[in-house]
Amino acid sequence: MKAVYTYPKSLKRAPFHYCPGCGHSVAHRLVCEVIDEMGLQERVIGIPPPGCSVFAYNYFDVDMAESAHGRGAAVATGIKRAYPESVVFTYQGDGDLAGIGTAETIHAANRGENITTIFINNAVYGMTGGQMAPTTLRGMKTTTTPYGRDHILEGHPIRMSEILAMLDGVAYIERVAVNSPANIRKAKKAIAKAFQVQLDGRGFSMVEILSPCPTNWKMTPVKSWQWIDEEMTKVFPLGVYKDVMENKVAD
Amino acid sequence: MTNVLMDGNSAIAEAAIRAGCQCYFGYPITPQNELTEYMALNLSRRKGCAFVQAESEVAAINMVYGASVAGARAMTSSSSPGISLKQEGISYLAACELPAVIVNMQRGGPGLGSISAAQSDYFQATRGGGHGDYRTIVLGPSSVQELADMTMRAFDLADKYKIPVIILGDGVLGQMKEPVEFKREAPTVLAVREGSLRGAKGRPSRIIKTFTSNPSELEEINWSLFRRYTLIKKEETTFETFLTEDARLVVVAFGIAARIAKGAIKNLRAEGLKVGLMRPITLWPFPDEPLKEMAKTIKQYLVFEMNMGQMVEDVQLALAGQGEVAFYGRPGGVIPNPSEVARVISRLYYQKGLK
Repeated sequence: MKAVYTYPKSLKRAPFHYCPGCGHSVAHRLVCEVIDEMGLQERVIGIPPPGCSVFAYNYFDVDMAESAHGRGAAVATGIKRAYPESVVFTYQGDGDLAGIGTAETIHAANRGENITTIFINNAVYGMTGGQMAPTTLRGMKTTTTPYGRDHILEGHPIRMSEILAMLDGVAYIERVAVNSPANIRKAKKAIAKAFQVQLDGRGFSMVEILSPCPTNWKMTPVKSWQWIDEEMTKVFPLGVYKDVMENKVAD
Repeated sequence: MTNVLMDGNSAIAEAAIRAGCQCYFGYPITPQNELTEYMALNLSRRKGCAFVQAESEVAAINMVYGASVAGARAMTSSSSPGISLKQEGISYLAACELPAVIVNMQRGGPGLGSISAAQSDYFQATRGGGHGDYRTIVLGPSSVQELADMTMRAFDLADKYKIPVIILGDGVLGQMKEPVEFKREAPTVLAVREGSLRGAKGRPSRIIKTFTSNPSELEEINWSLFRRYTLIKKEETTFETFLTEDARLVVVAFGIAARIAKGAIKNLRAEGLKVGLMRPITLWPFPDEPLKEMAKTIKQYLVFEMNMGQMVEDVQLALAGQGEVAFYGRPGGVIPNPSEVARVISRLYYQKGLK
């Protein structure tokens, strides 16, 4: 008999605490599948953030060190510089990576730190209850933009993949989504590529994952999948933003 | 081993390398740049070692956190405003029981302050400094030789007790040159601390975390930290006394202020005044028991600090009313000379009828 489905070895058998329809559990599983398929479980050190995925260490069966809010890229730098044989990834949300940790992210990327970042963009602060994130869309209602995000008062959504792709130290950037079986398969390929870039010592790699947050978007899981296609990808287009392996550089 | 003439900042850096410091992360700020520059020159290309000039103090301390997670001896240095920025990371290091060495070559404050030497970060250093209930070991050197010796001791203490250790120096100590002897050679093999994260090979995966949704678990973590702090207090409290045996008045001072006070005391002794010095070397743990013991025979104390009065509170707590405590301080980066301090001591001496 052919096995078509197995539980990833590096994913602990603990029930996810995430809300129904949340993209974190899919993203966790994809990272674990890639770790397994590339045979990295014994080399990986993961850096989970504060936020909904603060409990990521309950699910990933690899060494993990929790980071302060936004400091994932700096912590990863310290680990990788102290122990270059390790395979280091940060797992960060949009508030973490694109808000409080913008400086750490940009400079680690610009130094070409040989680390991989999994960037979950769901356009809100999830764990704190759905406040405006740096990536919140214009017009989008959150608990701190109750009238909808007005760019005159509250600024514009920030596009981190586009910004980071401009930096010379960056080797690979792709934006994917986990809102359909086809997109999930693409996301997994991107994650595998990002880890390969690190193994090859090419520099900073990041996969930005557009991820549904039905609870804070106040949508059904199905509607939140559609909303990513219909609204979110207009502001955050999917695709490869930089790939030094394929000689693709930022436009 | 021979003496070399060296500025304090460079002496710390050389001592750190000899103590097996593998990773240094810094950010420019006066008056400690010689330390970062020495590391750039002498550590950055050293086999197995790492040097990063970080984008901020916040990033630097979090790089230290990462290097410590991976089991390396790691260090950062800064001066007062930069140390404020590092407090987030120091709190996490303390919570995760991760060793690290943090050097603060203090300058005048508050705010951007001045670049001249001061001692106004005593509270911040000895009370934890960041959020949450924790302490760091705080060492108060008063010479370039002590900077070198204490840097080596700091790495050993940090590893022994899994705790961040702060070397609380100042702009004078960092900049001035003195002969210094380094009592160790750099190790040929860098040690990896047990329990570090290097990938779950041949063992279950490990987690280093500070967050828990269970207050009882966190309470036990706090209890566990403070049990260790009690042990540190018992084992590691250090201080120096100078001419206290027959003293009628004892000056209590730390760091560069103690050096100034010592000069004043020598001169006053020549005039026949029975004055001595009590110098806390570990600022946390503070030598309160030795002070309490001293108060059985000596009743008059003068605390001298280059701030508005911070350690004086620890002296008052230690004496608990058993001695009379006066204070003299110069804040803002003003450095008094021994004759100024001598005048203050002698005025108090005669006012109290000790002659």
